Amino acid sequence: MEKRVTFGKWTIGILFAVPQLLLIFTFFYWPAGQAVYWSLTLQQPWGGGNIWVGLDNFRSILSNADYWNSINASLVFAGVSTGLAMFIALVLAALTDRQLAGSRLYRVVLIWPYGIAAPALALAFRFILAPEAGFMAVVNQIWPGFWDPGLDGADAMASIIVAFSWKYVGYNFIFFLAAFQAIPRSLIEAAAMDGSGVIRRFWDIQFPLITPTIFFLLVINITESFQDSFGIVDIMTSGGPANATNLMVYKIYSDGFKGLDYSGAAAQSIILMLLIVVLTIFQFRFIERRVHYR
Amino acid sequence: MVERTPVLNFFTHLILFIGFVFCIAPFVVVAIAASHNLKDVNDVPMSLLPGSDFWVNIKTAWTTADLGPKLLNSFIMATGVAAGKVIISALTAFSIVYFRYPGRTFIFWLIFITLMLPLEVRIVPTYAVVANVLEPYQTILDLTGLSWLIEKVSGVHVALNLGMLNSYPGLILPLIATATGTFLYRQFFLTVPDELTEAARMDGAGALRFFIDILLPLSRNNMAALGTIMFLWAWNQYLWPLLITTDQSHATAVTELKQLIPNVGGAPEWHIAMAGTLIIMLPPLLVVVLMQRWFVRGLIATEK
Repeated sequence: MEKRVTFGKWTIGILFAVPQLLLIFTFFYWPAGQAVYWSLTLQQPWGGGNIWVGLDNFRSILSNADYWNSINASLVFAGVSTGLAMFIALVLAALTDRQLAGSRLYRVVLIWPYGIAAPALALAFRFILAPEAGFMAVVNQIWPGFWDPGLDGADAMASIIVAFSWKYVGYNFIFFLAAFQAIPRSLIEAAAMDGSGVIRRFWDIQFPLITPTIFFLLVINITESFQDSFGIVDIMTSGGPANATNLMVYKIYSDGFKGLDYSGAAAQSIILMLLIVVLTIFQFRFIERRVHYR
Repeated sequence: MVERTPVLNFFTHLILFIGFVFCIAPFVVVAIAASHNLKDVNDVPMSLLPGSDFWVNIKTAWTTADLGPKLLNSFIMATGVAAGKVIISALTAFSIVYFRYPGRTFIFWLIFITLMLPLEVRIVPTYAVVANVLEPYQTILDLTGLSWLIEKVSGVHVALNLGMLNSYPGLILPLIATATGTFLYRQFFLTVPDELTEAARMDGAGALRFFIDILLPLSRNNMAALGTIMFLWAWNQYLWPLLITTDQSHATAVTELKQLIPNVGGAPEWHIAMAGTLIIMLPPLLVVVLMQRWFVRGLIATEK
């Protein structure tokens, strides 16, 4: 869409964009380019600049079992937590949209979790799910050794998934509810007049109409599970035990800032960037076109 | 709505209530745990009746993690990011929507692409840039031979250096360098009727006057929504402040959470940890509760 009426002096127009352009050049494009440069070079241990190594950094990362383990953990984390958070939010939003008594209360309260910082809720869940205090301790008293995120990788993964899903149920709920409320009431009333029940109306009218939202949230949840998980992992498990929760962003951080392997971290960043760009393009190109019922 | 469905209604209430309990439970548990003493908080099962040590624990957590200045830092950072976003995005959107100049589409895409790559994935090089913000420009001068030229002509050796580690601009600026708000404004500006612009021009208003006196007052709702969402987003940032504030005096409240995790060897002071968590999660929760309308609106509008 374009404006019909515009202002003539375009030199002034460019000036308005300059602050933003300076910012994104300095803090976005330059670092992104730098990441590409570092990923293709190797820093000399005794200083004296970087030497060109081509794709060696990528090769050494892709042949590293730890890295594949990290990708694997990230995918499990992304898949399970996205599925969980979206399914629960969809059910809650659909039920809230029925507007029975009390639905206004749910509309207010169910979005609270999204306001909380990931590390803060991670610390809360670390206590709630701690094996020796809190609530899982009760379970451990009945079956000793049943739950210990500090020792068992699967338990640790379950903990971070619970914490992340809890926050993103709130997020997805907001979008699902907005999508449900955007459906004209007359459509649903007409279907009701024709004799279709609540569940039939959900599957035949509401669900198809919110598919764009579902796909949109699918992409957002997956990308957020790559980024927003950092605080949760750092507070709850620090990537352990035995790298079971060493997700991709956490590994970039620990390789780059604790291991001081800039080249390796940069190569990992590039791979993660490509992954996210592919997801985003996928969303814009295919999903937005195919799923459209209006 | 239109028919009687007692069974379904019962299950609707039941499921929503369970959802409500799960949503609220962590808040309640944190608050209750924060009111116990060391022995009670480690009881299995922990008593769900509040203890009597609430204020003592809050005070201890406050002093252990030095939360006063940290909360102030968080507040400065979040306000800075929100204000910067609201202003800079408005300027950029105005430029893209209301002017025709060569390379406008290019600039549009240049900004659009920044939406794709979050700070978290380019964290290492961004850190290097913030260590010396002028490094990109120095490199450009070096590569183009300009710094050599300047040194020849004036005898001044060009060494641009401006470190922003452990400073508020270093915390704030990289978080502003994305496109989130720009598109929110763009969508809105496109819905502003052209007649308004024509009328303003007829009355002799230039671009700047039109922007300040007509466009900005009209975008008040957008500003509130964007400001709310950005404030929350910035407050909840963790990785970035953690990296660039090596010096305690610029650390933010959220990064302080790590100090509160009970040590493996020491006493499991969960009551203190939970008191600290409560303090740190309260400000964003208050913003969500009090600014709910803007929060929901901003969230939905910025993401689409």
